[in-house]
Amino acid sequence: MTAAHRTRLLGDVQAGDALPELGYDVTATTIVLGALAARDWRPMHHDHDFAVHRNGTRDIFMNTPNQAAWFERYVTDWTGPLGRLGRMQFRMKGSVFPGDHMVFRATVEDVATDATGCGWASLLVTLAVAGEAKTDCSVRVALPTTAEDNPWARRGDRWLP
Amino acid sequence: MSQPTPTDPDLPAEVAARIGAVQYEIQGDFPVEQGYIATSCASVENGNPLFWDPVVAEAITGGPVAPPTMLSVWFRPHHWAPGRTEEALPLQVHFDLKAAFDLPEAVMTDNTIVFHDPVRPGDVLTTRQILRSVSGPKTTKLGTGRFWVIDVEYLNQHDELVGVETYTGFGYRRAA
Repeated sequence: MTAAHRTRLLGDVQAGDALPELGYDVTATTIVLGALAARDWRPMHHDHDFAVHRNGTRDIFMNTPNQAAWFERYVTDWTGPLGRLGRMQFRMKGSVFPGDHMVFRATVEDVATDATGCGWASLLVTLAVAGEAKTDCSVRVALPTTAEDNPWARRGDRWLP
Repeated sequence: MSQPTPTDPDLPAEVAARIGAVQYEIQGDFPVEQGYIATSCASVENGNPLFWDPVVAEAITGGPVAPPTMLSVWFRPHHWAPGRTEEALPLQVHFDLKAAFDLPEAVMTDNTIVFHDPVRPGDVLTTRQILRSVSGPKTTKLGTGRFWVIDVEYLNQHDELVGVETYTGFGYRRAA
């Protein structure tokens, strides 16, 4: 691994830590590109008239798999490439539309080491628009416990996500 | 895998029979491929070097891997395919329930993904769907309908589990 890549170790993290905020201006391109990147061809993610008149929403809106990709990007920006996602649970409360400025924030809820020695950080991530939470996402991500540890090397019963 | 909503004890028998049954075991239309990985990363400006730098991928993951959250990407059918006469729908159990209850609209309200072995370019994934629960009639601000919980399991060509997604859907009819 090249030295330039950040490595966040489990010992660097404590419950209550806040992750750096990520803000992003959403456009129609963001929504459509995200849907097509996820191979989601459903019209409410690219057809304004369909979204408004069939779904009853005010515009096309970001699809679920693309939101997952945003959450992954946000978390691994923080962990660096050695961070390995174990579990992600999210609840959509509202939609994200073109013109929205979405903001990702997260706090560390727990830090633990499992029976196999794998280090885990549990995060609560919120995607908000204008101060209103649109999606809450609980993430369990494995972090190296030492400079030599690599969560990606775990397989079988040594990986308990 | 999931935290199912309570199942309606008065479900139609043909729907009740589907709960817990493995359905729609299908192989992806194409192998996992690098181009789609780049497109997905570009859509969210994900610069993780695991997905862009083969040297880093080799050092950390023993070769290229796909972003874990792309799991569902690999089984969505093409929008069109030669000879196909019916629209192919992902998460068919969800659409079956919409039809069974005559609910024209639907949204997903919860999604849990558990990531197991890494997915790599060249892998051919198989998925299978398992209906876990269907609620009784509910009314929300969207309309009146039912909630349901569906697990989607993903395995690679070596029959290794690479992930499980659990969806909660709400099928509904808008208020008149």
